[in-house]
Amino acid sequence: MSGKNEAELSRLMRAAIAGDERAYADFLHRIAALVRGFVRRKIVQGGVDPEDVVQETLLAIHVKRHTWRQDAPVLPWIYAIARFKLIDAFRRRGRRIEIDIDDIAETFAEPETETVSERDINRALDGLSPAQRSVVSAVSVEGRSIGETAARFGISETAVRVSLHRGLAAIAKRFGRE
Amino acid sequence: MRTDDLIKALDADAGSKAMPLQSAWWMAAGAAAVIAAVVFLLTIGPRPDFMAAAHTMRFLSKFVFTIVLAVSAFALIRDLSTPGASTRRAMAWMAAAPVLVAVAAVLELFMVPEALWGTRMVGSNMMICMTFIPLIGIGPLAIFLWMLRYGAPTRPVLAGAVAGLLAGGLSATFYAAHCFDDSPLFVATWYTIAIAVLALLGALGGRFFVRW
Repeated sequence: MSGKNEAELSRLMRAAIAGDERAYADFLHRIAALVRGFVRRKIVQGGVDPEDVVQETLLAIHVKRHTWRQDAPVLPWIYAIARFKLIDAFRRRGRRIEIDIDDIAETFAEPETETVSERDINRALDGLSPAQRSVVSAVSVEGRSIGETAARFGISETAVRVSLHRGLAAIAKRFGRE
Repeated sequence: MRTDDLIKALDADAGSKAMPLQSAWWMAAGAAAVIAAVVFLLTIGPRPDFMAAAHTMRFLSKFVFTIVLAVSAFALIRDLSTPGASTRRAMAWMAAAPVLVAVAAVLELFMVPEALWGTRMVGSNMMICMTFIPLIGIGPLAIFLWMLRYGAPTRPVLAGAVAGLLAGGLSATFYAAHCFDDSPLFVATWYTIAIAVLALLGALGGRFFVRW
């Protein structure tokens, strides 16, 4: 099961790197579910919201995807990042945690559940420049395409892509710095 | 923001490209070697009898130590900057340079009369050695720390220290071409201290500069 998962995820990631957006969306959804299962099992006491760690991990996976060796398995890479971000989340909140890497084999994918809590990512979003913030919000929360976003703000698609890329990189960096 | 919304944004940014980390490491190593060479040639440069010295075992052994250190540190830092990569084998290879130096130092103790041990160890250049190995290595270290930021080291302090060892191995390779003290006793003492300074700086850089 895990071997099949590994082969499928590696294939999707390779396709994504080659420019296949649909493969990338599929990859990210699967990763989100896997990381959610992993993080929820690890966070037994309160203090850290699992979904915050899922989002920070996804962002890190995105901005660090050039660190994956295409001939290496993708799951150890994903779990190493998730584990790092989980420890980071505990560290930021002044807690210590020991995580056993072997536990990843028992992880099950889990769906996102609605929560009312304020997300860390919203605070990070507030730290962006107004232009970056409106582009990132339009593409994510409002679900607009690059083209629609460009038309709405009266800027070129290239400018939208640049703002989106820089905005996401800035959010990821902020998580790392805190 | 919901996670599904975040995924929409990440997916829309799928087209952004970055150089694969492994290729970037090779470029960084090349740039670091050029910087070290320039600083070396503009400051101390090779010793005048370089060609003659190149026929002696002691002189050549210095390059074996420093190059082995640089190569093993380069292999390790590439693994350390890649999440999930196994570092066990590269970590074991890090013992190679210290073991070689230790063996050479023991041989030296057998070959040189006891009365000369002190002179061989203290040498004539220790202050230059302790100054120029860190000085030549500081530029490369900055490049390697920057590369760690570009990568994703899950053990940043260790990775930073290895960046210092890599910068130290590279720098000491150039410095060895200048230095007149060829005894393994000198190398084992002063090169080690000078390289340890860079490793310490690297660890500090890893702690405070390498965040992701």
